[in-house]
Formats: sequence, C-alpha cells, structure tokens
Amino acid sequence: MSDLTRRSAAELAAALADGETSSVALTRAHLDRIAAVDGAVHAYLHVDAEGALAAARESDERRARGESASRLDGVPIAVKDVLTTVGMPTTCGSRILEGWVPPYDATVVARLRAGGLPLLGKTNMDEFAMGSSTEHSAYGPTHNPWDLERIPGGSGGGSAAAVSAFAAPLALGTDTGGSIRQPAAVTGSVGVKPTYGGISRYGLVAMANSLDQVGPVTRTVLDAALLHELIGGHDPLDSTSIDQPVPDVVGAAEQGATGDLRGLRVGVVKELTGEGYQAGVQQRFDETVALLVEAGAEVVEVSCPHFVHALAAYYLIMPSEASSNLARFDAMRYGLRVEPEGVEAPSAEEVMRATRDAGFGDEVKRRIILGTYALSSGYYDAYYGRAQQIRTLISRDFAAAFEQADVLVSPTAPTTAFKLGEKLDDPLAMYLNDLATIPANLAGVPGISVPAGLADGLPVGFQVLAPALADDRVYRVGAAVETALTGRWGGPLLDQAPALPTTEVAR
Amino acid sequence: MMDFDEALEQFDPALGLEVHVELNTATKMFCGCPAAFGGEPNTHVCPTCLGLPGSMPVVNGKAVESAIRIGLALNCSIAEWCRFARKNYFYPDMPKNFQTSQYDEPIAFDGYLDVDVEGETFRVEIERAHMEEDTGKSTHVGGTTGRIHGAEYSLVDYNRAGIPLIEIVTRPIVGAGVKAPLVARAYVQQLRDLILALGVSEARMDQGNLRADVNLSLAPKGSDRLGTRSETKNVNSFRSVERAVRYEISRHAAILAAGDAVVQETRHWHEDTGITTSGREKSDAEDYRYFPEPDLVPVAPSAQWVEELRGTLPENPTAKRARLQAEWGFSDLEMRDTVGAGALGLVEETITAGAAPQAARKWWLSELARRANEEGVELSDLAITPAQVARIQALVDEGKVNDKLARQVFDGVLAGEGEPDAVVEARGLAIVSDDGALSAAVDDAIAANPDVAEKIRGGKVAAAGALIGAVMKQMRGQADAGRVRELILEKLGAGEG
Repeated sequence: MSDLTRRSAAELAAALADGETSSVALTRAHLDRIAAVDGAVHAYLHVDAEGALAAARESDERRARGESASRLDGVPIAVKDVLTTVGMPTTCGSRILEGWVPPYDATVVARLRAGGLPLLGKTNMDEFAMGSSTEHSAYGPTHNPWDLERIPGGSGGGSAAAVSAFAAPLALGTDTGGSIRQPAAVTGSVGVKPTYGGISRYGLVAMANSLDQVGPVTRTVLDAALLHELIGGHDPLDSTSIDQPVPDVVGAAEQGATGDLRGLRVGVVKELTGEGYQAGVQQRFDETVALLVEAGAEVVEVSCPHFVHALAAYYLIMPSEASSNLARFDAMRYGLRVEPEGVEAPSAEEVMRATRDAGFGDEVKRRIILGTYALSSGYYDAYYGRAQQIRTLISRDFAAAFEQADVLVSPTAPTTAFKLGEKLDDPLAMYLNDLATIPANLAGVPGISVPAGLADGLPVGFQVLAPALADDRVYRVGAAVETALTGRWGGPLLDQAPALPTTEVAR
Repeated sequence: MMDFDEALEQFDPALGLEVHVELNTATKMFCGCPAAFGGEPNTHVCPTCLGLPGSMPVVNGKAVESAIRIGLALNCSIAEWCRFARKNYFYPDMPKNFQTSQYDEPIAFDGYLDVDVEGETFRVEIERAHMEEDTGKSTHVGGTTGRIHGAEYSLVDYNRAGIPLIEIVTRPIVGAGVKAPLVARAYVQQLRDLILALGVSEARMDQGNLRADVNLSLAPKGSDRLGTRSETKNVNSFRSVERAVRYEISRHAAILAAGDAVVQETRHWHEDTGITTSGREKSDAEDYRYFPEPDLVPVAPSAQWVEELRGTLPENPTAKRARLQAEWGFSDLEMRDTVGAGALGLVEETITAGAAPQAARKWWLSELARRANEEGVELSDLAITPAQVARIQALVDEGKVNDKLARQVFDGVLAGEGEPDAVVEARGLAIVSDDGALSAAVDDAIAANPDVAEKIRGGKVAAAGALIGAVMKQMRGQADAGRVRELILEKLGAGEG
C-alpha cells in the first residue's frame, strides 16, 4: 500500500505545497489503490482515471506557476453517484438511469473542479439514496472494509467505504436521514451533514428535497472542514440555499483539536440513548461523554419528547416528496426505456409503466407507493399534514434543547455494521438504524459523526448536533473528540482495521 | 339540443371562466431560458425546464411582478406570503410529471372585473389569479383527429415548457340569463384589454398567449344551487367563447329536460363546426396529490413593493371608457358598439396615430368589422395596424384617395402588399388631380347631358350631382369629387353664392 493513500487530505495538501509529491503521483496512487481493493469492496460504480489524471496534471501545472485554486488543489476526491457530473455517468444506483451522462455539473461538483480536485469517480449507493446498507444498489452492494461480510451503511456506503478503504482521501455524500453519518459511523470515518441550505443541492438528484443535504465524507474532522469550506456557501441556482457566509468551520476544527472545551454545554439526548442501542455502542458513547467532561465541557441531560415520532414522520414526508421526484423517470427523454412485451405499438403510458416496472427496485417502489398514498386526497391531512406538524414539534424540541446546551450528542447509529442480507427482508428493522440521525434532517440542523472506538471489533460513531447555521460547533466538538480518542488509541481508529485483500495491479 | 331561448326560459345558467395568460417575460418561470414564442423545437431548453434529474427551479421575479400587477388591476388582494405547489400527473409533455403551480395559496385573490355588456355593467367576481408554468407542446402525428388517440407517434417541443402563466379564475357568474354568452365574451375581451394595457402579455389568442376554459352549468329557474358543470377547454377566440356558451346552454338544457344527468367532464371545442365533444371524464376523485414545492421558498412580496406596483397600473377600465367617450364625442350607442366589437383599444390607437375619432370608429366598425366577420377572425387578428388605418384616413383627408379608393388600399394592406402609401403607388390608386384629363371628362359629361347642364346654368346647383357621377364613372372613380364639382360649376358659370 502506498504511503500517500494513508495520509489525510490536509497532509496531502501540505505535501503538495512542499513539493514533496505531485497531484499526478497521489492521484495515481489512489487509482492504484482502487484497482487493488475495489474488487473486494465495490465502493465505486465508475472510475475516471483519465479525467482524474488530466485534472491532476493541470493542478501540478498551476502549482508550478505558483498558483493555487484552493486549499485542496490537487487532492483527489470521490463523488457519490447521486450528484450530476459532466463526462461521467450518474446512475443514482438505479437501473433506470443506467448510462445516463448528465449535460451539467452539480454546483458542488463544479466547485470541486474549480478548486482543482481531481475526481476519481462515482461511488456506490442505495438506489436513489433509499436505504441504510447500500444493498439496494442495482449494481450490487458495497462491502464494509472492516469486515467484507458486513454492510458499509447507507445510502452513502460507497463514499464511506472509499475513504475508509483508503481508496480516496475525501468523498462527497448526501444525507437525507443519515446517509452520510450512519455510513461514517459503521466504517470508522467522519461524516458531516451541514445545516439545511448551507450547501447547494443544485445537481443533487433529489430523494426528499426538504431533507437532502450534501456533505463531506473524510477520515479526519479537519479534512471535512476543508471540504465543507470549499463546497459551502450560497448558490443562486438553489432557492433554498442560505445567503450567508459559511461559518469558520476550519478554524473551529483547529480550535477543537486543542482539546479544550471549557465553557461548552453538552446535552445528552435522553431519547437517543439506552433501550434499542447495542451495549457496546452505548459503552463507547458513555466513555466519549466522559472525555468531553475531562476536556472541560459541562454535560447535562436534555429531553426531546417528540423524537420518538421522528421516524414515523420521516417515513411519510420522505416518501411523499420522493414519489413526486421520481415521477420524471418515464423513458420519454433520457435513461432506460423498456417497451412492454407482446404489445404492438405501445402507447406512451404503456412504455412508462413497463420502464418504471423494470427500472426501479423494490425499495424504491415501496416508497413511491407509500408517498403516493400519503399525499392522496382524503389521506393528506392524516399523513403528510400530520407529519409536518410533528416536524414542527421536533424543531421546537431542538430549540428548547439548545436553550440548555450548545450542542447535543448521541450515538450515531444504534448498532454496529450488520451482516449483508441480515435486514433485507425486514424494512422496518432497516429503517430503525436511522433513528438517531433522522431528527437533524427534519429540523435542518447540522450534525457530525466521528469514530468513538470499536464494539466487538467494529466501529461505533459519536454524533454531535448543533443549531442551524452553527456548523462550526460540530467541527469544534468533533475535533476535540477526535484528538482525545486518537491520543488514547495511539493513532486513528482506521489503523486498527484489518488489511484488505488486494488484487495485483499491472502498471 | 334545445333552442337557446327556450332553454333560458326553463334554466338559469352559471358561468365560470378560467383564463390562462402567457406572460411576456424575457425568461421562463423557473429558469433563464428565453420565453419567446416559437423557435426551433427544443432549443429554448436547459436542465431545469427539461426537468433533468438534479435540476432546481428559481422563481422569475419579473413574473411575480406581472402576477401582482394583474391581481391589482383585477381589484384582488395580494398574498403577503404564498407558496408554489406540485400538481402531480403523468403526461409526456410534462418534463417532471408534475406541474409547478399554486394551489391553495394563490398570489392574488378575491377581486372583480366590471364588464360592459350592451351598456349594462356586470361585476364578474375573481376568485383567484395564480402563477404556474406551461407544459411542453405535443404534436400528434398520424391519425385523423390530431389528438393523441389514433396517432402513430407524437412529438414534443419543450420550448414552451416553463413559460410563465397566470391563471385567472372567476367565481360562478350567475344572473346573466340570456346575456350569459355575451357576458362570457365581454369578460374575456375586456380582460384581454386589461392585460394589453398592463403590457404583461402579447395576449394573442391565436398564438395561445391567452387561452380560455369555459365552465357552464344550468339549474332550474329560481333554484339557488348550481348544476353539474362541463369544462370546455381551449376556446380560443372571443366569438368562440360566446358560441361555446350558447352551445353548452342548449346541450345541457336538452339533457336536463329529458330528465338525464349532465356528466361532469372536460369537453373539446370545435371551431369549424361550432360544437363541443366529450373529452375525458373528470370526477372530483381525480387526484393531483398537491403538496408544497420543497425546492422553492415562499413568495412574500412586501407591502411597499405592492404599493409601488399599484402606482404602475393603467387607468381603471370603466373610468377610462367614460373618459374616452367624452373625449371622442361618441354617443352611448357608438361607444357600446365599439366596446362590443372589441375595438376600443384599436380605435384608441388609431386616434392616437392621428385619425379623427369618428373616422377611426367608422373604419374599424364597418369596413374592417365586415372583413373580420367574413374571415371569421377577431378584429385584432386582421393584418393591419391602427397606425396603418390612421394613415389611410390621412390619405383621404389629404384628398389623395376617396373613401372608395381607400377600400382598395385596405385590400392591399390586408393582402400584405405593404404600407398604405406603397399600396396607393403600386396599385395606381391616387386620385387624378390633373385638370387637363378632368377637364376633358367634364366637357364630355356636359356635352352628353345638355338638359342637366342647362338646369345648372339656371342656378339649380344641386343638379350637379348627376354630372359628377358621370365624370367619376369615366375616371373610374379616381378623381376628387370636390374638384370635379368645382370644374363643372366653373364651366357652367354657376356659383354657389
């Protein structure tokens, strides 16, 4: 394994600045790593070696001229396949978009290109981001680098597995109910869901527009902050994007890394601990809270009584929006087109039906049906309307809790990575894995998951939530936890991961 | 079908009109593509108006401004806060398979338009005016009807997809009785005048800038409930609006008189045959699953902005009609006819271009109205502008043509032969003022009519008409009758005292 792939993005940026390495060298190192391990992990759906190396060459030329496009200029990155990319397919893990190459870049992708980051490729995901295991990808599951028999979380299992398998130093994910944070938790990586509206959604193929948010997937808190700083900020193409400066997330991460949390009030959310949480997960969480106290934070217990209804509200709002978003996949303009068998000169409607039947997987169909039902006349008030009321109550719970505490903490996911196939036949059990992450999406507040150690040899995540627009707080606390724990472990948690089987690469 | 008058002896009609106005903003409702009419198919498109995965809408501020101005001109309240919603249904010309529209939170609501019908004022109450995006345009190829059923294939042009529309919906209009068809026509006409005066749309019905859906129901006379309605879609001329209402009244009356129930459905209007036919059945169970558009933030126009826009409104139509009537010196009847013919704006522009009020009225309401009627089009659809009409009148005033020749100038302009002066030139229509040729013709006429000449010499000046007629005939009309008269009197030594 090349030493370059083990380093953080911040370290790689420093190495580039010092002239110790080139963008071409480290891009090639990551492409080699992908070739070596991705047969086993399957983090990527598409690798663009040529495009990445071309961007790397440009970055090196720029550096030679003494110019820099960003702090991460020349550091390669992987992009979740739900973000549109010119020149690379965007499938969202679905058959219905197989081979579709968008004519436009998502705003975040355009910002990566403008910042000089070579794009390694597109990462695997549950179809249209619907799932918590990446098993719902139409192109086969991604495997957890800690144990290839286990799930890497979802929906952004590909991005989390790519960074935790050292097959990318950085990745972009999207988080609708936990799709960045839960995969980060179960793969021992760092994932941030920024404040809703903090990062442009233009070019993010929507699952649930009012919940979706793009965010960083990395191995360190500082790397996440550097990436956040690059992609964040107002975008006139996204009406819901916030027209305010991005909080100083990099400064906050650096401050947190000093390990000093004096004056900080930390709220432990009563409803997000205890029953339903795996014993090892709860233990690592309690230990981490104790570390915060050691760092000078004041810890209080807070109650968010309506969080118990969050999952139910989420599974009405999300499918409602999704059912409408996915209506456009009808074979008329792009993507898969299936003509019904045995029908002479089928009508447009028959082609739509046959295409959607063949092109969508079961989980997608399940949610389209749920959402269509929840929005239908006569049921709207009882389902969609009621769920919106719960959403308001959850926001009020957060507001009240943030009166008592500067940040709230919980385990990121109730369990460690489960076995592939274990929950496929039990959608409700699968949904429960997002219990702790969903409230933040409903309220639009930012959250981070950082590694908190292992339970039975598998990673556990620690979640920090902050009020909307106070993204800097999650970086500060996340970095403090990271510093304290890596100090205790004698290095990053991922150093404890087993070596992956590699395929010999011919160069 | 029941006779119209008989139908209205038994039933009270209730009208409802839904008018879609395509705004003339430079760009579309939710993206930066040009909103211009036409263009090569699928050239005015981008990821957003094609509904590509990942694309997002951004509200066109100019369209909101136009919507508010329309709302204010219709005496509506303007929402302090309103949202867009998704109207979900599948159709190939809908890029996202939902239309971004407004549902229960329209930008403007609770207004009215006072409509003049044969000198009487009807207040048409406006329920709402809301913003939405247009769909793409389907062309069904093959088959006989031009509709999707029976077509071999269909083509879709998304240039129109996303063009801003304002939908203006009336409350049920009751109490119009036999005047219901006229009220419907006058409402659409006067709404169009208002839209034109606001300058927010080209408002051309033939290009679909202004599209009317006519809802009609009948209830037994004296009943205070509404009957089951039909919705006749895309009735695209003033005349057709009137005809469609008449037709539907007769059709509903026949069904109800036979003891049957009217089916709630959409109907297609057939311009050529003047009838409606059944479209799809529309039950209230049709479910568009509306919900607030999560990709857009609410529209919240400030009170200050709304007041600024109120300051940009054109004159109130009723007050304006009164002012113009006084300025032009029209009688009540003349004014009523002008409004009824949908000629008010045209006459006004013609007068602004220099024509005398009566002359402007005369051309539009006689000569041009006759031609429009023959061609079955609206006055405004004739291929002549008010400026051209004013110029033709100026040619008459200058003595270059007479009324009879002027009609030929109209022919030329309408046939696309160019501006009035060019038509006069090309067709050789200028009046002969060369006294040599005229003089010879006058001499001929005097020689041919010695009795008449004698009477004139004896002081019976009125007899000159017969000689003038003869001269004009010889000159094929291309002479100035006034000058001919002068010459005759001069030659016969008769003065007019």
